[in-house]
Amino acid sequence: MKRHVLSTRIWHWLNLLCVVVLFMSGLTISNAHRLLYWGDWGFDRSQAWLEVPRFPDWMTIPGYYSLAVARDWHILMAWPFALGLLFMWIAMLLNRHFKRDLITTRREWRPKAIWRDIVEHAKLNFDHGEGKYNFLQKLAYGLVLGIFLPMMVFSGIAISPGMEPTFGWLVDLLGGRQSARSLHFIFAFAILGFFIVHVALVLLSGPIGQMRAMITGGSTHEA
Amino acid sequence: MKRRGFLAAAGAAFVAGCNKVADTDAGARLLSAAEKWHMGAHRLLTNREALAPEYPRSAVSPFFRGNGSVDPQNGDYPRHVEEGFANWQLTVGGLVRNPLALTLDNIRRLPQRSQVTRHDCVEGWSAIGEWTGPQLSLLLDEAQLSPEAQFIVFRCADNLNGQDYYESVDLIDAYHPQTIIAHSLNGEPLPVRNGAPLRMRIERQLGYKHAKYLTGIEAVASLDDVGGGQGGYWEDRAGYQWYAGI
Repeated sequence: MKRHVLSTRIWHWLNLLCVVVLFMSGLTISNAHRLLYWGDWGFDRSQAWLEVPRFPDWMTIPGYYSLAVARDWHILMAWPFALGLLFMWIAMLLNRHFKRDLITTRREWRPKAIWRDIVEHAKLNFDHGEGKYNFLQKLAYGLVLGIFLPMMVFSGIAISPGMEPTFGWLVDLLGGRQSARSLHFIFAFAILGFFIVHVALVLLSGPIGQMRAMITGGSTHEA
Repeated sequence: MKRRGFLAAAGAAFVAGCNKVADTDAGARLLSAAEKWHMGAHRLLTNREALAPEYPRSAVSPFFRGNGSVDPQNGDYPRHVEEGFANWQLTVGGLVRNPLALTLDNIRRLPQRSQVTRHDCVEGWSAIGEWTGPQLSLLLDEAQLSPEAQFIVFRCADNLNGQDYYESVDLIDAYHPQTIIAHSLNGEPLPVRNGAPLRMRIERQLGYKHAKYLTGIEAVASLDDVGGGQGGYWEDRAGYQWYAGI
């Protein structure tokens, strides 16, 4: 049996490409107005809860300041990003990847079990869960697939003035347009945080085998 | 330091790759197609009459920021400011059977719509204000659009960086009930920084579509021969999306 089925592998790499382009073009968009607000409106420092630093050009797409070009990339990659996520969720539910590998059990939530998991992680022993993933892995993947990535789609829709006449309830649910914009920013950096930890743990747990498994599928006993 | 160097190099290589893609014909077509997919999706999901949110009067922002042109000095504009816009004229022309020329008084006497709406700038900020003026549809009906008319172009008095500002929308947004020619902000005549004496409100799109210092409304069959051909000042100058509902 393969460690990662084809649908997971395709989505994983497509999503990586989308997230990188969206994040880097998003930094250019952030540079256009570096203040974040809560509520419906806000336009200067006195209303802002955060002044974001200016991101240097090398971190951004297109590599120089152009709000128009950054928006072009952003609204293009939003499509494969959102549709890919929808596809992954449908695939995960149909092929039972979600139920089998990602749902946590009540037992795993006991403080003692969580602590043991943290200790094992600190010892760089990652293969100690009952199923394919240990508790912290399930929690991380669950948060990313269930909250971080979908929140980018929902908060993105909520910022879009052409969507608001139909999805006004979504804007209200997120606390107004400027709150939605702040959440879009916060979850983008939550995804960056996941990305850094994820890459670090792949490097610590045999990067060649991990990469091979996510490209060719690998096999369950190999990992 | 080494790690940062590696990241910067990887970032630069990735950005260079993206820019290479954008420079190819297929890449450029893909990037501009995405704007049309969004517009198509919005039009599919949203009723053409669906309204942008309207707020209670108490939600009005204490100050309404101006952006782009905030005090035009070109042409006759300073003289109009001095005259209190007594001689301002708005023309409605192009592909119409009955061209119009209206004074501010004519415009104030038409049936009015007041709406407290949120203005979203492409840069990211928002402000809420109460706008008052006649619906654009009233003027277009009075002028009797020709069947060939596909777009409505807004001509403006301000010249920004050497080019006259203009904007355009399709007939769906032109006939939208919240598309008004505003002469008042929060119950007062429009301040100069917000487009005195007349500006458009295109409530389901970003701020750069809301043409200020409005002098003319023109019905056209195509945007190819208007300005730089992209449908608006920022579209021509910087490549902004013509459909600014995203």
